[in-house]
Amino acid sequence: MVWKISDETAYDTLGDEVRLTINGVTIRAPQDQSLLVTARQNGFEIPTLCYHRDLPSEGQCRLCVVEIGEHPRTQIVNSCTYPTQAGLVVQTHSETVVQSRRIVLELLLARTPKAKLIQELAAAHGVYESRFKTDDPEELCILCGLCVRTCREVVGVSAISMKGRTPDKQVATPFMEKSSACIGCGSCAFVCPTNVIPYTEKDGIRTIWGRDFELQACNVCGNYIAPKYQLEHWAKITGDPVETFCVCRDCR
Amino acid sequence: MDLPRLETILSRYEGESADLIPVLQDIQDAYSYLPKEELHVVSERLQVPLTQIYSVATFFKMFSLIPKGKHQIKVCTGTTCHLKGSHRVAESLSHRLGVEVGYTTKDMQFSLDTVGCLGSCAQAPVMMVDDKYFGRTTVDKVPKILKLYK
Repeated sequence: MVWKISDETAYDTLGDEVRLTINGVTIRAPQDQSLLVTARQNGFEIPTLCYHRDLPSEGQCRLCVVEIGEHPRTQIVNSCTYPTQAGLVVQTHSETVVQSRRIVLELLLARTPKAKLIQELAAAHGVYESRFKTDDPEELCILCGLCVRTCREVVGVSAISMKGRTPDKQVATPFMEKSSACIGCGSCAFVCPTNVIPYTEKDGIRTIWGRDFELQACNVCGNYIAPKYQLEHWAKITGDPVETFCVCRDCR
Repeated sequence: MDLPRLETILSRYEGESADLIPVLQDIQDAYSYLPKEELHVVSERLQVPLTQIYSVATFFKMFSLIPKGKHQIKVCTGTTCHLKGSHRVAESLSHRLGVEVGYTTKDMQFSLDTVGCLGSCAQAPVMMVDDKYFGRTTVDKVPKILKLYK
């Protein structure tokens, strides 16, 4: 078998190739790569909500569970945080796994009954209603933490974080006030799977997390590019003057 | 802001991000809560984003962002204490102090909280005032315990 490097992995950071079995098929994969990536690269479908290839896995959603080990000593683990190891026997769609995913979806459906993504995913797994109690029927946030991780890892400003603990856990800015660290880039709203982060743009002003950001217009065509703070942030990381970024991508 | 006081606390540590929780604990002990301005300074000194500090401060029950009373009363509601009737002790305390669980009396003398487990199940139901444990508490013993601190 020719090993194909998927764009999902940084290959140079991975260990030696090892053999393991997924759903009865022997495959080869780099050691310590997450089981989720290994399975997906080999064509085994595993549903996820909180996984993103550009972000570190946190194992929040519990939808990617798989069964490892041999009967009767098997174990349910998060495939996104479990490393690929030699000789592992993995089941991605065993009865226990499917049942676990259904329960996770039932819980998610009870939390966010109106979230379209959850409804569709649940329906795909044969879950149409939940046995659990709904606290807030309007709730849309599934607490996957993608926004928090994106802000911290990709944008690099860390303007939002999780506040409190369940059942009152929520995504918030420090002290629930306007965050001075926020650059108004909107990456959190972009990455959010249920589109719950409110964000408006009107007359050159973008409002997000309770703060107004003045948008910079392109020096050539006049279309809005991004908030001024974001361009300054870019200038700071790259070391280039801010003016470099005041021309939009189409006009460059 | 009382900067020298905060400096005394910060000087006990190396100033690494791993010191965050011990620093917050010391601030909580010294101020009886975590003042906002102080947390901004801690964030700068330890190189920890304010968001992470806020996350930690709101996650653990030992931290509070609003001022706590002089004496902290913690009533255990762990499994054993719960079965031994700790909710009645909490109710009695709440009644006698005139505050709901989770709040502080108007004179800032007592803060009443329930906690998950105090690790002393053999003496259930357990309550704690500041650093002192009171085992096998009953509703009858509540006024006697409170008297020690009034």
